[in-house]
Amino acid sequence: MFKRIIVLLAGVWLCAVPAAAQQQSEMAVIRAAVLRVDDPGLPPISRLDLPPEDLAFAGARLAIEDNDTTGRFMNQDFEAEEIATDPGSAGAELDRLIEDGIQFVVVLADDATTLALADRAGDRAMILNAMARGDNLRGTDCRFNTIHVAPSNAMLADALAQFLMWKNWPRWFLIEGSHPADTALADAYRRAATKFGARIVEDRIYEDTGGARRTDSGHVQVQKQMPVFTQRAEDHDVVVAADEADVFASYLPYQVWDPRPVTGSAGLVPRSWHPAMEAWGASQFQNRFEELANRPIREPDYQTWLALRMIGEAATRTQSADPQTLREFMLSEQFEVAGFKGQKLTLRDWDHQVRQPILLTTGKLTASVSPQEQFLHQTSQLDTLGIDRPETECKFREAT
Amino acid sequence: MKHLLTLTLCLAAAPALANRVFVSNEKGNDVTVLDSETLEVIGTYPVGNRPRGITISPDGSELYVCASDDNLVRVFDPETMEEMHTLPSGPDPELFVLHPSGNPLYVANEDDNLVTVVDTKTHEVLAEIPVGVEPEGMGVSPDGQVVINTSETTNMAHFIDSDSFEIVANVLVDSRPRFAEYNHDGSKLYVSSEIGGTVSVIDPSTQQIAHKIEFEIPGVLPEAIQPVGVRVTNDGKKVFVALGPANRVAVIDGETDEVRDYLLVGQRVWQMAFTPDERYLFTTNGNSNDVSVIDVAEEEVVKSIPVGQQPWGVVVAPD
Repeated sequence: MFKRIIVLLAGVWLCAVPAAAQQQSEMAVIRAAVLRVDDPGLPPISRLDLPPEDLAFAGARLAIEDNDTTGRFMNQDFEAEEIATDPGSAGAELDRLIEDGIQFVVVLADDATTLALADRAGDRAMILNAMARGDNLRGTDCRFNTIHVAPSNAMLADALAQFLMWKNWPRWFLIEGSHPADTALADAYRRAATKFGARIVEDRIYEDTGGARRTDSGHVQVQKQMPVFTQRAEDHDVVVAADEADVFASYLPYQVWDPRPVTGSAGLVPRSWHPAMEAWGASQFQNRFEELANRPIREPDYQTWLALRMIGEAATRTQSADPQTLREFMLSEQFEVAGFKGQKLTLRDWDHQVRQPILLTTGKLTASVSPQEQFLHQTSQLDTLGIDRPETECKFREAT
Repeated sequence: MKHLLTLTLCLAAAPALANRVFVSNEKGNDVTVLDSETLEVIGTYPVGNRPRGITISPDGSELYVCASDDNLVRVFDPETMEEMHTLPSGPDPELFVLHPSGNPLYVANEDDNLVTVVDTKTHEVLAEIPVGVEPEGMGVSPDGQVVINTSETTNMAHFIDSDSFEIVANVLVDSRPRFAEYNHDGSKLYVSSEIGGTVSVIDPSTQQIAHKIEFEIPGVLPEAIQPVGVRVTNDGKKVFVALGPANRVAVIDGETDEVRDYLLVGQRVWQMAFTPDERYLFTTNGNSNDVSVIDVAEEEVVKSIPVGQQPWGVVVAPD
């Protein structure tokens, strides 16, 4: 069922589409679901980062609106069921969706849950990963039934590394958290440093000891703790923070011992999307999202929107509603989708990662976009970000 | 004295008419007016918020500007640049096209997935036509019978009957179609795809893509080649395509659809306009804040003129 087949779709390109939409009853329905697995952990450091209730779902609603508008001309109707659940119930929810006949599930979960859900789905459904960034999911733990819409840690780290090298800031002071996800992100920065010729001159671990981090006196403690924690580091150009668990990085800017910029998990942050992005038609996208959701967009919204737009794009181009046809087309070389990033986004066939530019953002703006033009590549410049074909550890096991 | 008189007569016999060139500056909220003969800036005039699409009536009496963030079309006296009145346009008007007779005006509403049809005389909305996501490109057939809209996220060229306001055909093209332009005998419709990197040549009689023009420039990344504006000479022999961040305008043989040359212009070139005699083609370069002037016969860039912030659209007054 899940073979990689290059479908001959050449004829499709030249076809004129049927004139206006016909009867409602003739509409072909393309169904998907968005499964958001909420982490019951602590609230974020900053209350500005508190997750809205419609996180990711608002992105899904915009994508369905966009797909349906196109669908009117194609006699196609798109649906996305929205499910917010917890790690304990996620598997049962996935089973229910699949039993209900849904074959595309956009998953927003941590690395381990995403992998478990992909294995549970097997050849019964395609998983579109719209949150998990772990490089293992694109490497030793890759799964043929998973498309990674979210960028990987390696892509984000490489995007920042290219910029820092362009700035001629090659000496990095790496500060990583004590959680496994922090270590995985720090590994991505270590790899990026080697890849682009930077040096990690100092590497420290910020232990998460818990504590009253959101009390009224929190900033008093921070003002004392952060300079002490960062003093007597080797001479460095820049601080790179790896704090997936959101424990300390946001406290670093202006509090580090040496007057150096902070990057990584705070300060200059590599992201898939940012609500202040305006280039490449993004203003219109932001306007449409804000009108629908009454809030600025977040990365999970963008990634969910893109995942569902990929399904919509496949349905438009193949003029089909058949899940198998759509899946094969998305995995084929012909597939491309526009995502307001100034160039077409395509899929890496070696690990099913969506190639994409990465925005380097400050609080209010997009400061730069990687790949930086000086970093060249023989096939796609986007492959200077993340794990390239020759270095991949992904070996797809063809599903039975 | 006699000699001088002859000279004067000669000048009068072959008048080199100066035309006003109007450039909308998206971030500057103004229009820069140039002189097509001296290629100098005449002046800069405020025109409302986020001006993008810009066009002029066939008799040269009314200049229309899409004030995108004001959600209307502002109409100016092209000589004085005084605002005469406004036209309802629907929300976020981006680009529009006038019927060849000068009425009505067909406006793409980018945020609302509509094409709004406005009567330029009565200032009334005649129709709102639902189209695909992010409508932008607007073209009209030389006989005025068919209006084309391109929708950037739906990736289609919609053929709209200008009498019934109904969509009669949809043609799927490559990603992010930005612009639609007929040649002057109406035998070809050119639709540019910014992200797809191609120009589709559509046969309007069959509504099928007859040919796809692709671009390749040594030393320029393929991703940077993003076709936007398209202009065709009256004889149909030369097609110019603005290639966005490739900072080039492609020159295409209008008969064979083969790319002949690439002209280096300013940064992020989007829209273009000919002078009425087709001596010059003006291009808006949004990132370098200037306009490049192309000598159409020589196929050479002869000058660049600094204008306002992020120039978007350009139109030249008729003779």
